[in-house]
Amino acid sequence: MSKMSMILALNSAMDVMMERDPDVLVFGEDAGYFGGVFRVTAGLQEKYGLDRCFDAPINEAAIMAMSIGMAAKGLKPVAEIQFSDYIFPGLDQIVSEMSRLRYRTAGQFTSPVVVRTPCGGGIRGGQTHSMSPEAFFTQIPGVQVVMPSNPYDAKGLLISAIESEDPVIFFEPKRLYNGPFDGDPGKALETWGAHEKGEVPDGHYNVPIGKADVVREGSDLTIVTYGTLVHVAQAAVEAEGVDAEIIDLRTLVPYDIETIAKSVNKTGRCIVAQEAPRTSGFAAELAAQIQEECFYALEKPIFRLTGWDTPYPHAHEWAYFPGLKRFSTAIRETLEA
Amino acid sequence: MSQTTPRFHVPAPHVRPGDTPDFSHLDIPAAGEARRPDPSIAGMETQDLALGLIRVLDHNHQAVGEWDPKLDADVLREGLRHMVMTRTYDDRMQKLQRQGKMSFYMKSTGEEAVSVAAAMAMDNGDMVFPSYRQQGILFARGRDVVDMMCHCISNSRDNLKGRQLPVHYTWAEGNFFSISGNLTTQFPQAVGYAMAAQYKGEDQIVASWIGDGSSAEGDFHGALVLASTYKAPVILNVVNNQWAISTFQGIAAGESPTFAMKGLGYGLASLRIDGNDFLAVYAATQWAAERARAGHGATVIESYTYRAGPHSTSDDPSGYRPKGEDEEWPLGDPIERLKNHLINLGEWDEARHEALEIELNELVIASYKEAESFGTLHDGPLSPTETIFEDVYAEQDWRLRRQRQDLGV
Repeated sequence: MSKMSMILALNSAMDVMMERDPDVLVFGEDAGYFGGVFRVTAGLQEKYGLDRCFDAPINEAAIMAMSIGMAAKGLKPVAEIQFSDYIFPGLDQIVSEMSRLRYRTAGQFTSPVVVRTPCGGGIRGGQTHSMSPEAFFTQIPGVQVVMPSNPYDAKGLLISAIESEDPVIFFEPKRLYNGPFDGDPGKALETWGAHEKGEVPDGHYNVPIGKADVVREGSDLTIVTYGTLVHVAQAAVEAEGVDAEIIDLRTLVPYDIETIAKSVNKTGRCIVAQEAPRTSGFAAELAAQIQEECFYALEKPIFRLTGWDTPYPHAHEWAYFPGLKRFSTAIRETLEA
Repeated sequence: MSQTTPRFHVPAPHVRPGDTPDFSHLDIPAAGEARRPDPSIAGMETQDLALGLIRVLDHNHQAVGEWDPKLDADVLREGLRHMVMTRTYDDRMQKLQRQGKMSFYMKSTGEEAVSVAAAMAMDNGDMVFPSYRQQGILFARGRDVVDMMCHCISNSRDNLKGRQLPVHYTWAEGNFFSISGNLTTQFPQAVGYAMAAQYKGEDQIVASWIGDGSSAEGDFHGALVLASTYKAPVILNVVNNQWAISTFQGIAAGESPTFAMKGLGYGLASLRIDGNDFLAVYAATQWAAERARAGHGATVIESYTYRAGPHSTSDDPSGYRPKGEDEEWPLGDPIERLKNHLINLGEWDEARHEALEIELNELVIASYKEAESFGTLHDGPLSPTETIFEDVYAEQDWRLRRQRQDLGV
């Protein structure tokens, strides 16, 4: 066990897998010699050589296509897209090719690529470095969509992603890279050092894809969320002094409906929360499915807490971010009789 | 059409429906003129070959010049057989589509040499990432004709379980990648595949094909950047058949005099070849394959040819180009040219050619009869309905299991 930031945990996942499997290759813009703009691939080129961790040209479509070709030949590419805001030039290769290769070839070729990409706001990144585009990818049959909220899950999920037979879009909430974040930008930065999920095994382990984590058990209401907002939800629940059950989804596709339904059937009240814009966001899918599964248990309408239907603003970042105040309002409204 | 002067430049072909076909503006170098450098040459030293036109068969049906691959008559006859087979198959399938036997079809008429000669010049173990008009590769590699037809009519023996449009073949055993239908996506994928083969220490090289029109896609640029940066063992073919559905090649070419010369900007070896000349296609592919296998990197090959038929069964060329243009194409027909070359060599004659056509036509008719015995698109049997939920993922998750139940299968 070691204390690790999410950056180090992700790095360790790739290190462990590159050590075990010579077919694992890591690449992306600035991902080789320099080790990535967030340092997630640092040291891997030095340790494993130029052909196992290398710099790619600034062409996300080409990076995705190269990954697909490599995966079709039996390698395990782990491609970094530097910011999830930059993934869109590669979207055609993901939507039309990577996701469907197994299907359209009836299993003759597969494309088990891992696409790692930092997402989310809270770092003063403005509209081009703050997006949470995960919902787009949940509309693509054939890909799995993952977003961890802490170093332990990040490493275990990334190892599972690399071992998966199917493509995984792996979102890394960059606000959580160096420490948990409770939604209050005025507070001093925390590190993962004091957090229990900052304790990470040095070797190989899995956190399964498709399994949510109940990070807090409770009976008053259920909060279903993922990524950075898991920590904001925890802080809000503490601040409001309510007995909420908090579910960290961890995987969006396929999401863990069993854990969610069990909880909402127990509490009868539910908040679904995402940082992404509201319309057609993943919270909408969750709300619809929970309504189907738990209609007769629900005592209040499901509360959908989201970012606004605007681009991510720069100066007014904290007015966009669904922070503590909005979480508290959501909790109070949901608990009203 | 409006007679006002356009305010910006939009290229247009100089003849349209109702006009007389006219290719007099084309500058066609004589066969045998192009030099054949060593395949280890630096990419930038191929400028003359990217701007010129590599031709081997001349107007007297003789093989001339440094690019003559000097193939045995047996190899030439085999090539002729595959090309005649491709055309016979295409013609029959087009007719069957017109009879409602399949949803869609795409012929490769006039372009048979582009695929057949390239496939024969490579090893069968080499990987190909084709577009939708290289069915000739399948014949050259010996794919079962009944299997091809079963795919096209999406019946119970379709190896793609009815998931793909006709002609969008996949044949892993034949090292034939999946045809997408989304244009040019396969070009950069082929480069990644070639890098993986290199990484695994294999001797395998890769070839891919796109059209003149689809060279305008961003993936064309991506493929050439990757191929150049990583010096991948790949052959990147641009089949310039003059037409992208109704759009003439000038809309993609712009001010660029050839498609091959685009490769020079990336420092890649670049050749422009007579795509209706079996020997030129064979020789250029052989050169590029040797270059790739020896570690000298990628080659861009523009095959200069003409799409003699419609784009697909959903297309009618009389709406955008003069009737009879295909017959006026100055580089002739690839089957006629190889046939005449063989006759000229004393290795073939009209009677044998006619016998070949009859034999292959009968084979195609018998194969279709057999294919229909495994079902038809309209009357089945098809792949079982529940297969629509299979192969989305390695294992079905709860959503797909439930949805399958909802459909009641």
